[in-house]
Amino acid sequence: MKITVRIWRQKNAEAKGTMVSYELDEVDENMSFLEMLDVLNEKLTLEGEEPVAFDSDCREGICGSCGVVINGEAHGPEVTTTCQLHMRTFKDGDVLDIEPWRAGAFPVIKDLVVDRGAFDRIIAAGGYITAPTGSAPEANSTPVPKEDADRAFEAATCISCGACVAACPNGSAMLFTAAKVAHLGLLPQGQPERDSRVINMIEQHDAEGFGSCTNIGECTAACPKGIPLDVISRLNRDLMGALAKP
Amino acid sequence: MIKKRVPASRSTVATKYAMAVSGLIMVSYLILHMYGNLKVFAGQQKFDEYSHHIRTFGEPILPYEGLLWIIRVALVASIVVHTWAAITLWRRNRAASGYQGGKRYHTSKGARGFQRSYASFTLRWGGIIIILFVVYHLLHLTANVVAPGGASDSPYERVVNGFEIWWVTVSYTIAVLAVGLHLWHGIWSALTTLGQNYSSTRLRSRLTPLSWFVSAVITIGFLLPPWAILLGITG
Repeated sequence: MKITVRIWRQKNAEAKGTMVSYELDEVDENMSFLEMLDVLNEKLTLEGEEPVAFDSDCREGICGSCGVVINGEAHGPEVTTTCQLHMRTFKDGDVLDIEPWRAGAFPVIKDLVVDRGAFDRIIAAGGYITAPTGSAPEANSTPVPKEDADRAFEAATCISCGACVAACPNGSAMLFTAAKVAHLGLLPQGQPERDSRVINMIEQHDAEGFGSCTNIGECTAACPKGIPLDVISRLNRDLMGALAKP
Repeated sequence: MIKKRVPASRSTVATKYAMAVSGLIMVSYLILHMYGNLKVFAGQQKFDEYSHHIRTFGEPILPYEGLLWIIRVALVASIVVHTWAAITLWRRNRAASGYQGGKRYHTSKGARGFQRSYASFTLRWGGIIIILFVVYHLLHLTANVVAPGGASDSPYERVVNGFEIWWVTVSYTIAVLAVGLHLWHGIWSALTTLGQNYSSTRLRSRLTPLSWFVSAVITIGFLLPPWAILLGITG
């Protein structure tokens, strides 16, 4: 199939970027989206042009490093990561606009690659439990209700890809932050640091320059892992509780 | 750009709490206000009595117009907090969404979002329309400074004189619809901010029908008297 791609090209963090159009004549419908970009890059390299920079690692939808905005939708029209999106989703002759995640806290490094270090710093601020390391503890020594375990696992499926921020018109990372707060806050191991966690993570979220949540749900529509919207309400409850304590 | 950390009590989430609480205070007031308006259908005497009674309510513990002034102070405080929070967050969010050259994404596709409601688009401009309307509304029916159709000492006559004019009713209708849309998203958003959403999506949440219901009741309740007057059903 024939595909026209319009891609955001930007030499480096300081340079001014622009959309550049490329034609691809022989795109196989079984190619993944990233394979289509690989084909484009091979072509560009042969023509002596600079290939398009984009992030990818596992290409099986679990690492969270790939992610671009396709036709205005983070990760494109399917509820999955960009690497798991296939060209059969599109039609022959389609024009695809491919842009990097846009957020004040995600500066573009080059072309489609953005710096998502802000997420790492939010996790470092409290997205962990302080537990002794060593051999794995006996699984049955701390019982967890099935419902809590399921919901914690649901929140834990977040792969930190940043689609929620890219889709949020406010550039808020609330879904990401809330997923981490919910994941640990639902489990007994997360209780000792539950208050300090939500306080520290929110403070870091704001310090990174992310926006505020307006509860419109664009984040959950874009999330490749289906993180539910109520984790945000849960974070709001946790923060209220933490602030109410002296 | 990483900035200095500010205490969580002044975070975006805390600002949203302030916005939610002040908004809900104004929603409660609107329900009372709407109930009072509907007394227009009970006739001039009942309506004017009601209007007088608000002023003497709670006497002698409260002074004349005591309750009214308590409500007014609470409402002005709510408006100030709500507007301050809206402007603070609006400015912050604009910077956070990574605009470059007035645009976020260059594609012309998907600009309307994929899950959000129409009401959420109109929230900010709708809020500005509402606040301009409130100023006009106070000058008209409270202060009696602007008096389309003729001023009067009777609150009932002020209402009837005003709404017998078609453009007064039409402009009032536009403002009330703006309020309705604002509440459609606003009530849901306020309750969610206060931690009350337990559903995976907005549409699945029980808060969504609740906010539709409350905003519909308020919208219809406020539109009934002026249209009944304009169409000659009452007044």
